[in-house]
Amino acid sequence: MELVCPAGNYPSLKAAVDNGADAVYIGLRDNTNARHFSGLNFTDQRVLKALDYARNHGVRLFVAVNTYAQADTWSRWQYAVDMCADLQVDALIAADMGVLAYACETYPEQTLHLSVQGSATNLAALELYQQQYNIRRAVLPRVLSLKQVQALVKKSPVELEVFAFGSLCIMAEGRCLLSSYVTGESPNTAGACSPASAVRWQQKSCGGMDTRLNDVLIDRFSAHEQTGYPTLCKGRFEVQGDIRHALEEPTSLNTLNLIPQLSEMGISAVKIEGRQRSPAYVATVTRIWREALDSYKVNGAGFQPDSRWMAELGKLSEGSQTTLGAYSRPWQ
Amino acid sequence: MQTTLGPVLYFWPKQGVFDFYEQVAQSGIDRVCVGEVTCSKRRELNYGDWLEIARMLADAGKKVVLSTLTLLESESELSQVRKICDNNEFMVEANDMSAVKFLSSNGIEFCTGPSLNIYNAYTLKQLYKLGLKRWVLPLELSEKKLCSILQQAEELNLNDKIETEVFGYGYMPLAYSARCFTARASDRSKDECEFICMKMPQGIPLATQENERLFTLNGIQTMSGHCLNILDRWQDMQRLGVYSLRLSAHSRDVFSVAEDLVSAIQQNRSYQAEQHSEECNGYWEGVSGKDRNYREVS
Repeated sequence: MELVCPAGNYPSLKAAVDNGADAVYIGLRDNTNARHFSGLNFTDQRVLKALDYARNHGVRLFVAVNTYAQADTWSRWQYAVDMCADLQVDALIAADMGVLAYACETYPEQTLHLSVQGSATNLAALELYQQQYNIRRAVLPRVLSLKQVQALVKKSPVELEVFAFGSLCIMAEGRCLLSSYVTGESPNTAGACSPASAVRWQQKSCGGMDTRLNDVLIDRFSAHEQTGYPTLCKGRFEVQGDIRHALEEPTSLNTLNLIPQLSEMGISAVKIEGRQRSPAYVATVTRIWREALDSYKVNGAGFQPDSRWMAELGKLSEGSQTTLGAYSRPWQ
Repeated sequence: MQTTLGPVLYFWPKQGVFDFYEQVAQSGIDRVCVGEVTCSKRRELNYGDWLEIARMLADAGKKVVLSTLTLLESESELSQVRKICDNNEFMVEANDMSAVKFLSSNGIEFCTGPSLNIYNAYTLKQLYKLGLKRWVLPLELSEKKLCSILQQAEELNLNDKIETEVFGYGYMPLAYSARCFTARASDRSKDECEFICMKMPQGIPLATQENERLFTLNGIQTMSGHCLNILDRWQDMQRLGVYSLRLSAHSRDVFSVAEDLVSAIQQNRSYQAEQHSEECNGYWEGVSGKDRNYREVS
């Protein structure tokens, strides 16, 4: 399986390449990609440099142009596609049908991947995107159980890539408007979920902390609790008289244990989430996954995740805990 | 301006659903979407029951649309969607690209619901080539964004070919997950849900720790905590070229709302919305969806 790693800037890209990524995915400096955070992502010049570095090390470069093109600024998405095609990046990752059509008709040679934001969770949807836009690969939303992934991969007309590690979206990607409901900005429109500009950390006199998103209270931490970023789906809310993590706890996805199963069923690539993370984070996660995939290659069915890998990944996880997410039925 | 009643998003008992649609048949609503769109485990009504309701509504003079499941995870769900797409009697509303695939392969015209991501007219054009007849604006888009899409559609010569619908009233389905949050709220897993959602016919309210109503849990769906109401903008929408306004029911209250709207449309006068604090219109106004902006109707 191909190891696909994130890079939000050039140092992260180098970290990913140097630590064993097979491919690195990046975004441009605007809302054409789903991690549109200030100070993050690549200018045109930097994309060139990134491409150079990746090529020199035999690593593939993917560019995500994976938000939904807004009609009033359509040319921005067109420009992003033009640039990727000019540079002959190894894959353009897109979700919007209009963008896919533009890329496919204008640059038939350009390899296209369907982004997770395209919300394709079933065979018929995959067939549609393949037939219409000749996509070569699709990234699966984090809503399928392992058994469902297995059933899909058997019949899929395209390669499938799955999320392996990182922050866990618990909603079907491309179909979550929670963020815009509260802040006006969503992944689909602005390339941002629970955007930093809307976040407020409010220190309490008693030593605790309130976290707010556009003034809405997302969580309330006591002095001895570890605080977390106010992502909407991971706050503590009141439901039926109880205050609890009604949607999900702060946790990260970790599927290191599933490497043999994912590989045997025919998954083509595993994706590490985290273009917003530091170069050090990218380096560590990439290195561990490289070691794990190499160990699987040597040991096959006898593959056992090293406890040190799990401990290190645990430390890098949200709330210091990990989950198999939807891959495991009981989680659902 | 026409009126459309969207599919029931909650899990209601079979007799309750039949009674509800009996009342729909007597209402002034032009078009009705029927079918299970939220959770495939909700099988109080089978395919035959939905067809029976559809035919009853058609006999009462309604235009009827069969609506399909939004989030598909298993092969059995895919077969369920395929069956609806193959019905040969009623138009189908695609809520996922799987339905678009089945319908376009059969050369059948279709419409799309609010969960199909159409943010620009280039996407509209793609879907038009596949058989799109009518689309619903994504919930999070504003009047201004709709204007831009329709302008772009005009440039692409699409405007007279596709009908535009706007979700105008009701709790908005904002997100879909593999996880069932209603089951989670009762400390159950999805596989052992025992259809607990039937006991919550309007979903479960979720509030912040400051008691601010935020969302509504409805099975695998997370909905808005406030009820959208932008019906007072119906004349603006008409000027823009909007063909139909969608209402979504959480209770029988929808009938009095529909009656007021239909009479406003018939008399070509403004719709007087009662100003409820629990209603919102932020998306249409271009701000956070949960907000309520007060603005003079132009």
